[in-house]
Amino acid sequence: MTTSTPTLRPAAGAFEPRQLIASLPQALRKLDPRHQVRTPVMFVVWVGAVLTTVLAAVHPSAFAWAIAAWLWATVVFANLAEAVAEGRGRAQAASLRRTRTTTTARRLTPDGSTQEVPGTALVVGDRVVVEAGEVIPGDGDVVEGVAAVDESAVTGESAPVIRESGGDRSAVTGGTRVLSDRIVVQITAKPGETFLDRMIALVEGSARAKTPNEIALNLLLSSLTLIFLLAVVTLQPFAVYSGQAQSITVLVALLVCLIPTTIGALLSAIGIAGMDRLVQRNVMALSGRAVEAAGDVDVLLLDKTGTITLGNRQAVELVPADGVAVDALADAAQLSSLADETPEGRSIVVLAKTEYGLRERPAGELAQATFLPFTAQTRMSGVDLAEPEGTRSVRKGAASAVMAWVRENGGHPTADVGRTVDAIAGSGGTPLVVAEQVGDGPARALGVVHLKDVVKSGMRERFAELRAMGIRTVMITGDNALTAGAIAAEAGVDDFLAEATPEDKLALIRTEQAGGRLVAMTGDGTNDAPALAQADVGVAMNTGTSAAKEAGNMVDLDSNPTKLIEIVAIGKQLLITRGALTTFSIANDIAKYFAIIPAMFAVVYPQLDALNIMRLHSPQSAVLSAVIFNALIIVALVPVALRGVRYTPSSAAAMLRRNLLVYGVGGIIAPFLGIKLIDLVVSLLPGM
Amino acid sequence: MSATTAAVLQIGLLVALLAAVHVPLGDYMARVLEGRTHSRVERIVYRLGGIDPDADQRWGVYARSLLAFSLVSVLALYLFQRVQAHLPLSLGMADVNPAGAWNTAVSFVTNTNWQWYSGEAVMGQLVQMAGLAVQNFTSAAVGLAVAVALVRGFTRSRTDRIGSFWVDLVRATGRILLPLAFVAAIVLLVGGVVQNFTGVQDVTTLTGGTQHLVTGPLASQEAIKDLGTNGGGYFNANSAHPFENPTAWTNLVEIFLLLAIPFSLPRTFGTLVRDRRQGVAILSVMGGLWAAAVAATTWAELHAAGAVPQLAGAAMEGKEVRFGPAASALFAASTTSTSTGSVNSFHDSFTALGGGVTLLNIVLGEVSPGGVGTGLYGMLVIAVLAVFLAGLMVGRTPEYLGKKIGRREVTLVALSILTMPALVLVGAAITAGVPSLRDASLLNTGPHGLSEILYAYASAVNNNGSAFAGFGAATTYQNTALGLGMLFGRFVPIVLTLALAGSLATQQPVPAGAGTLPTHTPVFAGLLTGVVLIVAGLTFFPALALAPLAEALS
Repeated sequence: MTTSTPTLRPAAGAFEPRQLIASLPQALRKLDPRHQVRTPVMFVVWVGAVLTTVLAAVHPSAFAWAIAAWLWATVVFANLAEAVAEGRGRAQAASLRRTRTTTTARRLTPDGSTQEVPGTALVVGDRVVVEAGEVIPGDGDVVEGVAAVDESAVTGESAPVIRESGGDRSAVTGGTRVLSDRIVVQITAKPGETFLDRMIALVEGSARAKTPNEIALNLLLSSLTLIFLLAVVTLQPFAVYSGQAQSITVLVALLVCLIPTTIGALLSAIGIAGMDRLVQRNVMALSGRAVEAAGDVDVLLLDKTGTITLGNRQAVELVPADGVAVDALADAAQLSSLADETPEGRSIVVLAKTEYGLRERPAGELAQATFLPFTAQTRMSGVDLAEPEGTRSVRKGAASAVMAWVRENGGHPTADVGRTVDAIAGSGGTPLVVAEQVGDGPARALGVVHLKDVVKSGMRERFAELRAMGIRTVMITGDNALTAGAIAAEAGVDDFLAEATPEDKLALIRTEQAGGRLVAMTGDGTNDAPALAQADVGVAMNTGTSAAKEAGNMVDLDSNPTKLIEIVAIGKQLLITRGALTTFSIANDIAKYFAIIPAMFAVVYPQLDALNIMRLHSPQSAVLSAVIFNALIIVALVPVALRGVRYTPSSAAAMLRRNLLVYGVGGIIAPFLGIKLIDLVVSLLPGM
Repeated sequence: MSATTAAVLQIGLLVALLAAVHVPLGDYMARVLEGRTHSRVERIVYRLGGIDPDADQRWGVYARSLLAFSLVSVLALYLFQRVQAHLPLSLGMADVNPAGAWNTAVSFVTNTNWQWYSGEAVMGQLVQMAGLAVQNFTSAAVGLAVAVALVRGFTRSRTDRIGSFWVDLVRATGRILLPLAFVAAIVLLVGGVVQNFTGVQDVTTLTGGTQHLVTGPLASQEAIKDLGTNGGGYFNANSAHPFENPTAWTNLVEIFLLLAIPFSLPRTFGTLVRDRRQGVAILSVMGGLWAAAVAATTWAELHAAGAVPQLAGAAMEGKEVRFGPAASALFAASTTSTSTGSVNSFHDSFTALGGGVTLLNIVLGEVSPGGVGTGLYGMLVIAVLAVFLAGLMVGRTPEYLGKKIGRREVTLVALSILTMPALVLVGAAITAGVPSLRDASLLNTGPHGLSEILYAYASAVNNNGSAFAGFGAATTYQNTALGLGMLFGRFVPIVLTLALAGSLATQQPVPAGAGTLPTHTPVFAGLLTGVVLIVAGLTFFPALALAPLAEALS
């Protein structure tokens, strides 16, 4: 899989404190109440800040002003988190937008002539002509011609790609440039709704609708806010009853400390950053729901070719016939493959070099050699060498074809070669027989080359990881059950679907879903479209057809099917980050109670000082320190929100244990230390 | 034998009894509540009521049936009290006043059994037996019905039906509560609890004076009072009265009856969801919280500071000498954690810490183990919240027993959990904040007075029914307000719970795998305990700090 594609778009990269300062103006603009009201938790803080500011103006004191100032800081910090997350996408969007300059399209009229219209005037179904050097005016399918297209503006990949009419390589994206030839493109997307437009909206975060899980979490946070509002409002009558009425400033401070401001402030940043992490990996999620669903996936359908295996069969072993030295076989195999330009043929030359120490021989070195290229009719390739003992003919190819050649030339294939051929075929591999004839002597089989599908390195470990996470992998292949079974066992997938047709794939997805499981798959062809649409997470390859891209809910710009595994990890990380910071936020409240409650009632119930286990300096410094901690923890957690919490694939039980320990227990302890440290500083201030 | 040894032996015996009983009783309840057959008597009841026992209801219909049944019960009980002087076996008691009759009607229908009156002075035998005791059965049966309906939300899939309220009610009453109460009444009768229709007896005391002794059908009332986690005593003194609870043995039997059904329901749950480990996890959370409360109360009452308790060896004020501090502490911790509210000692006179634990037990939301049915559904609702919080941390949309916890479920759970603290805090704040209301009801001032107010509202809203005796609840305002507290505290969470059941039942369950949050492990049990404590702690900490904490630390 590609880990480092050269990208032309600016990457968001790691979080840097500088981004906080750069985003400050944006954060201040977000102080508008119309923006704040969208997050109920932060809106309560905003109202509290206004209230305490008015009170500080009416009854000025260092304490009142300090509380008001820090409440404003809390709101600004929350805005800052969102602004930083958005800012990371904005640079990418700006770069994308530059490519979306108004293009002039040459529309084909029914009589065959062309007519110049602005790109924005195109409608679905229009046909436009694009020639070398021109920018494709909109999303569409190539219906005529073939061309090299530079898609770096969208994919970040600088190498041009081939786009041709028909087949699975016909889709083109508006804003990309044709480098050669002439194509006719049928427009499939309305202006303003093209892939590029959607991408810009996506990376900017403007198109981001709240996902189901985010809505549920927001509801919970609002309920918690309501409950704390009640607890604080009803505290005043109890306080009056007890003989120490509280100032509104202190009550507001208590309320803000109790409501889940940490997660409330970071929730939207977490969502934007989650999308951003996908964009970093060149995946465009067309809905946030799909990203969340990725975390829930139970079954991954993976195509064998290109995803699990390298895609071409390769020589892995040479099995000599009885009485033949393996070096002789290697030499013959290499000679017969020198002119074989197929990947299989090249892999034999490579194997002869790496495993049997034969150096490569350029074709020209063998002056008196006549090469026979592979044809579908002969099903073998070979070489005839003029040597002193007579012509030496070497042949390599499909077992039946080469065996027949041996018999025709007076030889008798030995039984052991037949057994080897059967054994290799039985294991899911492909046997190629190598034979030679020297002079007029009888031909003889030298041995067998074992070709097989090579599983990409590291796949077995990844599937084991997925299994630990509770995700089942199913390999989809057009091979027969025998071959498929052998590869499946080698790759370590849980199941396979052999001789699969698109209908089989769709049926498999439906069966899994009927059992309550969520299914993810990748696809690129038009015949994949129904399955992509049916799957809960359908990742279309960017090289695929428009139909496939339309049907899926994500598009991988790198067209790397293995990326599905990363998408699942990103989906999980998004949910974990939300859960961890929610837990942390609620766990924080315990320490705040211990700081504020004894401080509030120090006069009437001095015995409550026993709860002041942090030994804070004074009632005022205690309240202020809790408020300051509450504000600063938001900034401290911005990097976690943007990067996501550490995620290592493991079982749910292990993950729960770890995260509860770090964010639950840690969330209880951290504020005790933090508030104490802040109090040490605050106690030095005058008036505290 | 030291007081501590006696306490440990007594608790050990109780735990052994519960351990022996919870498996067969839990399995029996599972069989009864999800059974397919109807007995002949049940068929007659259904025919009389015009009910098709095999027609399951949608959650809305289920909830409306439950509310209608409860409304009729309240009206009937109200009317009954208002005309009791004209009925037989009234023992000459007058009609009950409107505010008082309303409060009592609501109190018994909501399984609260808060009593603003002294039973022996206000209620005649007919109202006690045919009115209050009937509600003792049906209100407990309603709790069981809601619990099993919620469990069906987890066990059923792709249906909008969560069972039939009428069938659940009839089965819970007829096959679970009646037979158990019958056996319990016999045991109590043998143990010395009074059962007669004599009414008032005049006896000559040792000093030659005459004393009126009220007696009546006590053993039968006593059995369901405790078994159904009701708590409304025949006498004002409740289980501290020698006719209701004569010996240390009957005391232990009564505590056992309080806990028997609530501690068996997790087994019923585990059996019904076909994963007994789930039941064990819930049971361990309930049991852990209960054990901690018993330990804290017992320790506080045996080690009270101050000159008088030191001389007496323990905090004896407000306790029956027949039972002593340990048996009183065990009873108090059990009755407040089961939403029962029957008492064998006066919680108002407990040490600040011991009294504080009884209050904390109530504000946990009555889930440790809680009332009949209410404890299980209350705990499951909190478990759904815990799953939502922690479930995110394993990187999946949270799911409990295969059912996804989405927007609708979170809303219902959040509202359900929000109801109780809102009612308690607002109710208590009004009484504490309005001087005339405060002065009309408070016996004590300072933090102890605040404890009394908080206790009254916590007890009413959580349908416990026990009282910090210093609080005078017999005013028109308090009777009305506490009545509303009981009503909303009972039925708002019930309707939300049934809606949750309906929402869960429609879902197709997600099969469990290695990626699913395991909800049967010690880690999850610990998490659930933490969520129970944190939810209650965060909402009530400020109020508790000003009441029992300020008192305890002084």
